[in-house]
Amino acid sequence: MIDTLRLTAEDAMGLLERGEVSAAELRGAYFDAIRERDGELHCYLRLVEDAPGEGVPIALKDIIGTEGVETTAGSKILAGYVPVYDSTVAARCKAAGLSLLGKTNTDEFAMGSSTENSAFGPSHNPWDPTRVPGGSGGGSAAAVAAGLAPWALGSDTGGSIKQPASLCGIVGLRPTYGTVSRYGIVAFASSLDQVGPTTKTVRDCALLYRVIAGRDPCDSTTVEVPPVELPEAEDLAGLRIGIPRELNEAEGIEPGVAAAVRHAIDLAQSLGAEVEECSLPRSVEYGLACYYIIAPAEASSNLARYDGVRYGFRAEGAGFEEQVELTRDEGFGDEPKRRIMLGAYALSAGYYEAYYGQAQKVRRVIADEHAALFERYDLLLSPTSPTVAFELGEKTANPLAMYLSDVLTIPANMAGLPGLSIPCGLSEGLPVGLQLVGPQLSENLLFRAGHALERAIGFDYVPERLR
Amino acid sequence: MAITREQVLHVAALARLELSDEEVDRFTEQLGAILDAVSKVSELDLSDVEPLSHPLDLVNVWAEDVSRPSLPLAAALANAPESEDDHFRVPPTGTAA
Amino acid sequence: MTGSWEPVIGLEIHVQLKTRTKMFCRCESGFGAGANTHTCPICLGHPGSLPVPNAKAVEWTIKLGLALGCEIADHAIFHRKHYPYPDLAKGYQISQYDVPLCANGRFVVPGSDGDNEIGIVRAHLEEDAAKSVHVGGAGGRIGGAAHTLIDYNRGGTPLVEIVTQPDLHSADDAKRFLQLLRQTVVELGISDAEMEKGVLRADANVSVRPRGSDELRTRTELKNMNSFSFIARGIDAEIARQIAVWESGAEVVQQTYDYDPDTDTLTPRRTKEEAEDYRYLPDPDLVPIEPPAELVERLRAELPEAPGARIRRLEPELDLELAEGLVTTGRDRLYERTPGDRRAVANVVMNQLAAAGVDPEVVDGEQLGKLVEARERIPRAAFVEALAHAGEPGFEAERYLGEASVADVDELGPLVAEVLAAHPDEVAAYRGGKQGLLGFFVGQVMQRTEGKADAKIVNELLRNALG
Ligand SMILES: [Mg+2]
Ligand SMILES: [Zn+2]
Repeated sequence: MIDTLRLTAEDAMGLLERGEVSAAELRGAYFDAIRERDGELHCYLRLVEDAPGEGVPIALKDIIGTEGVETTAGSKILAGYVPVYDSTVAARCKAAGLSLLGKTNTDEFAMGSSTENSAFGPSHNPWDPTRVPGGSGGGSAAAVAAGLAPWALGSDTGGSIKQPASLCGIVGLRPTYGTVSRYGIVAFASSLDQVGPTTKTVRDCALLYRVIAGRDPCDSTTVEVPPVELPEAEDLAGLRIGIPRELNEAEGIEPGVAAAVRHAIDLAQSLGAEVEECSLPRSVEYGLACYYIIAPAEASSNLARYDGVRYGFRAEGAGFEEQVELTRDEGFGDEPKRRIMLGAYALSAGYYEAYYGQAQKVRRVIADEHAALFERYDLLLSPTSPTVAFELGEKTANPLAMYLSDVLTIPANMAGLPGLSIPCGLSEGLPVGLQLVGPQLSENLLFRAGHALERAIGFDYVPERLR
Repeated sequence: MAITREQVLHVAALARLELSDEEVDRFTEQLGAILDAVSKVSELDLSDVEPLSHPLDLVNVWAEDVSRPSLPLAAALANAPESEDDHFRVPPTGTAA
Repeated sequence: MTGSWEPVIGLEIHVQLKTRTKMFCRCESGFGAGANTHTCPICLGHPGSLPVPNAKAVEWTIKLGLALGCEIADHAIFHRKHYPYPDLAKGYQISQYDVPLCANGRFVVPGSDGDNEIGIVRAHLEEDAAKSVHVGGAGGRIGGAAHTLIDYNRGGTPLVEIVTQPDLHSADDAKRFLQLLRQTVVELGISDAEMEKGVLRADANVSVRPRGSDELRTRTELKNMNSFSFIARGIDAEIARQIAVWESGAEVVQQTYDYDPDTDTLTPRRTKEEAEDYRYLPDPDLVPIEPPAELVERLRAELPEAPGARIRRLEPELDLELAEGLVTTGRDRLYERTPGDRRAVANVVMNQLAAAGVDPEVVDGEQLGKLVEARERIPRAAFVEALAHAGEPGFEAERYLGEASVADVDELGPLVAEVLAAHPDEVAAYRGGKQGLLGFFVGQVMQRTEGKADAKIVNELLRNALG
């Protein structure tokens, strides 16, 4: 009997290598768990009953294009769209023998922090189904936390891997921009989108990152990646960790969250790390505003192609222009509409300099502030999300309140920096995550530090109600 | 309010969205609030700062002029809501392309 | 006649490059192929697809820029230009905006009253749109409800857009500029530049002002003109129209006209005012181009002598019109390597040789020179006969110049016809493949001339008559 709630991907690999279970049995175990629990959690939009691959199975966020398997990005406007090509990451997973379990739920076009913006209904948090799993990659995070997949891939633009991982008590990596191909990933904001793993452990995270990372000739913005090292060390000797005041004392950070993170900081010190408070004066104060100009601007452009001509949903209209406007009004939900209009506004004649142009300069300021800190520190540490999982419906009426969920993850994302979120305790019985941020291409260091902290913290990733 | 109803209708047209009156009202209010918030970027004097449009500093990434197979016609049209004579079909366009 | 009014004309030219593959995907450029058979997820704008620039197209654009006397940018980027046409797969065109590859050039068009220097504002690289066909409805080519059919084969083909200063002051100036530009492009080997096929397309900005003033009055735009003759006619007509408007005391209004090759007329374009706000966005899927100095210098060294300079060089020994004719038809090289009376050589190369449909590039100038020199002495038939063969390898003029043979040519013509008429069966058999019968026909002709004829010529005349 395979306990998918406990089993890590690394464990599963061992079982397969030692021939203790077959790939089919392993898939069977996950499909049993899905039948048992996904009715309540709604992690999956689509299951793939028979997929090739003799390795550990995997779930992919529905933003990741899969040849022959419907890919909707959580939007009605892509309902029925079946890609004629594989995204590079999907192809790399296939090549590594990882068999596809299914496509997981996401906020529409990855725009959101709760999966409540999915056109196909929200996912639920395995720790408390009345609460959100975070987003946009809530489906992938909840699936891994609830044992409905050994591991999964998400995509992170403002925090869509790190924040759901934090709210579901698992590990999530947003890699350095450019280390994982975006080819075949339904685009939201191209200069920010980045695919990464959501897993139960940091070692699983490193193993999956090793599969997907690397330069891709199909994506002009990818770079060569240093060999990925599986973390072993259990100490942090010689590591200099900066604690940015603005990220750790931002208003809106719940006391329980702050306490859990402070406890982890103490542990880091006892593991041999030099810990010191530092400052990102403008990155946090202006990061959110900067993000909500640049991301919508790129989104308004990336979503211009959805016109019902070549693929996807089409509404009927008399002439072409009318048909496109009706198709987009009926096909897009409120959040994409808000961001498309916001972006069109920020780019339109007369407003470009004040909004997009200025935001690009702020982005430079944010990158420079982080670069300066990495002269003195190897890593930065803070909470991943100001809050634990919130109630479904709590923030849907107020977009700005929802946007604040990413206030702590956005600054590093604007600078293209890698960030690793690991669980560091509970607050009111719900998981709290901490975020480690390093300089570009410092993934191996993040894995090493994350692994050591993970061991010291000893968080049990199986949701209490399911133990 | 940072944005008027007329401006919302204008950007909706730019964004090719046919909004209902109810939507126009709702979005006018929500976009106004968001624009107020993001206008914060204008507090900073950054006249001497270089804009950053991309987190990477790569240049000259291109491919040799060597062809790769195109899609089979059936695959190209597979997802089309409507096609005719191997073409994608749409209603008449007001603007000659 | 424009009388007291001076036309002010600027041109915007689009030249399709003849690279093997498209600008941002590796589909073969699909001219003449079955509809939508040269498409892929990238040129169909499928979700997740990403552009990768064509290195050859970048190189050729720089080459053209150099030929136009432009400065080559040391840092250029691609922008997204948004407009709502169905033949734009992504809802935007990847083009260049404030930092084009080539800028600030000058192109010399020799004129009767000195050199006409046309300023080149910019030459930038972009992708072509797909082709849509409007069918059905009233006046449509096919019955049934009016609709539009889209073929994406052309979508994504590399285009160089060239924008001139308003330095042209007559329809003839514009036409002659375009002819020189076309010849330049052809000689660079980067495009066939055939206007009829839309490979070279020209838009003209036209306004008029009182002679002597330097004001710039309201201009109108004539779009998609695809023949030199139309450009001349179209611009002349528009100039006349504007003069009439001003002289009637009215005002010229800003307007765009589309040229319809079917009806050979200009029709005012209907556009929503929104369509004019392009919302340029630096394309986040592409990285900047920084042309290496050594590449630029290599390309500069490869440039052929400019057509304008060649015209000036030939003008003294001929006249402007003849020199221009030779250069703009690509016949000046043969002219220069053919000895003899310059005007005579020029006329033969421009007229008779062209009429004979012989490719000037393969003609041996020495031999042609002998023909031209002898052309007064020898019968027309022989001269024409010789010209027809002037392109063949190892062509020797002598054969057609000897007295006897010459006589033969005149007399042999009828004899050959006689012989063939007398032996229809053998003729049929020969054409059926019994080439051996040639000897028989030669024999028959020889009999009729009592063996006086030159067998070589008899053979040749027969082969031509039979072939
Ligand atoms: Mg253009
Ligand atoms: Zn293509």
